[in-house]
Amino acid sequence: MSAQAIIEAKAVSKWYGQFHALKDINLTVHKGERIVICGPSGSGKSTLIRCFNRLEAHQEGEIVVNGVTLHGRMSNVAAVRSNVGMVFQHFNLFPHMTVLMNCMAGPMWVKGVPAAEARQTALQFLERVRIPEQANKFPVQLSGGQQQRVAIARSLCMKPDVMLFDEPTSALDPEMVSEVLDTMTELARDGMTMVCVTHEMGFARAVADRVIFMDAGQIIEEGTPDAFFGNPRHDRTKVFLSQILRH
Amino acid sequence: MLYPDTVEAEVLVHKPWFVATMFGVVMLVFMAFNLSGTGFAELMRPVIGEPSTSGLYGRFAVGFAVAVIFTLNVVLIGFAPLKLQIGIVWLELLLLFIAFFETFHLSLPFIREKLPFLISQGVVTTLYVSAMSIVIASVIAVAGAVAKLSNNGFAYAIASFYTSFFRGLPLLMQVYLIYLGLPQLGFVINAVPAGILALSLCYGAYMTEIFRSGIQSIDRGQWEASRSMGFGFALTMRRIILPQALPVIIPPTGNQFISMLKDSSLVSVIGVWELMFLARTLGQKTFQHMEMLISAAMIYWVMSICLELIQSRIERHYARSKVR
Repeated sequence: MSAQAIIEAKAVSKWYGQFHALKDINLTVHKGERIVICGPSGSGKSTLIRCFNRLEAHQEGEIVVNGVTLHGRMSNVAAVRSNVGMVFQHFNLFPHMTVLMNCMAGPMWVKGVPAAEARQTALQFLERVRIPEQANKFPVQLSGGQQQRVAIARSLCMKPDVMLFDEPTSALDPEMVSEVLDTMTELARDGMTMVCVTHEMGFARAVADRVIFMDAGQIIEEGTPDAFFGNPRHDRTKVFLSQILRH
Repeated sequence: MLYPDTVEAEVLVHKPWFVATMFGVVMLVFMAFNLSGTGFAELMRPVIGEPSTSGLYGRFAVGFAVAVIFTLNVVLIGFAPLKLQIGIVWLELLLLFIAFFETFHLSLPFIREKLPFLISQGVVTTLYVSAMSIVIASVIAVAGAVAKLSNNGFAYAIASFYTSFFRGLPLLMQVYLIYLGLPQLGFVINAVPAGILALSLCYGAYMTEIFRSGIQSIDRGQWEASRSMGFGFALTMRRIILPQALPVIIPPTGNQFISMLKDSSLVSVIGVWELMFLARTLGQKTFQHMEMLISAAMIYWVMSICLELIQSRIERHYARSKVR
């Protein structure tokens, strides 16, 4: 393989009680690669990326992130997580801290970066997501789109090797979706390795190197955006695409 | 205050049916009691003649007069702006209480004579015992809450046994158990530390439950966001969860503090010279019990009011990050 693998999932299976949530997932994310995962709700796509930083546990198979195997008795999970950025559907900003502090907290408390330097980094990334003027506000004072961009900046301040996006635009009003997608597109242009769970097919077409379709806990189909949208092979993919592209 | 509607409701105390009902009820109630022996009936002498022989007419006249004064008072207060309303009603209720205490014919010189000692010895001890207990109980509560939420069997078992035991026994019993029971094990303990220990353990148990529910009220997403950035448990708890749980924890904790301030009077049974102990003993020699008891009651109330004010100030502080 040419590029270095950042995330490797081999034969991963996961159950919630009796429910088989992930079935024999094999997926490798290479450095610099942009992957979009789509699929109907309940298909396990969020569960899968939450396994990549061990917010969820898998029961079978192996997940290796940056060369470290994830399992229930690992002692260095914090080190793995601090190199894997995650953006949530509901932002999950810390509401009792200002926007600036949200961005400074991780570097200062986890990596021991001095406050002045953390502040500079935070302002730099807030600039990059185009909301430096909101730095001293509290999250509730911001619109949904702004909050999500702060969440992206907060993750970037940790200088992660890979960013996971868990339906970052699903909780947003329609007019705010594009500002978040623009930010994500710029991030992709700058070479960030990204795994995005999203239904934004325009974004997938423009940015993704690979599109993965999941249903019922399995990877049904994967390919380049052109192949995936232009010539889907699987029936379930065709049905799904026809449903979300109808409007 | 509740979330007020933007449409102003009609003032209740200005609605004719309400005023009429209020008038009727007050009049009936005061007619039902025979007030002919009171000072108020004495004031009515020009109208009803000799109060004790005025009979039904006298009762009616007194009831009518009281009802007129009461209703007029309420209707007039209804015109005042909110803040003034609250002030006037507080003042009137206070005056009624003072009038009630007047009926004991308290000896003011006696109170004035004993008050300095009641404060310098009693209040100081009460405040010392309460403040120490509050601090220790808060520390116990954080540890207990974390233990009750952990999946460590030992921690959970110890914490749940602790809360169950100390919430389940009367505080008075705990005071005795610690003061009289610990010496059996070889620890001879003074009355004041014994009292502080009993209060801390008892209130720590209640506050453990308050802290636990506060911690549990925080959205799971906060844990996930913290974890995803590599925060460990202690860091997440200290910097993310507890600061957000505090606004939830503070109102019931304020309640506990006020309650503890008064329950500190229970340590008087083991001979600690705090407010309650002195209130009971100072008046004993001259049989002036009520003087000291009412003074102590007033002092307890004033201290509670101070705690209430502190609580509301802290609540306002934490409302900051919720303001849009």
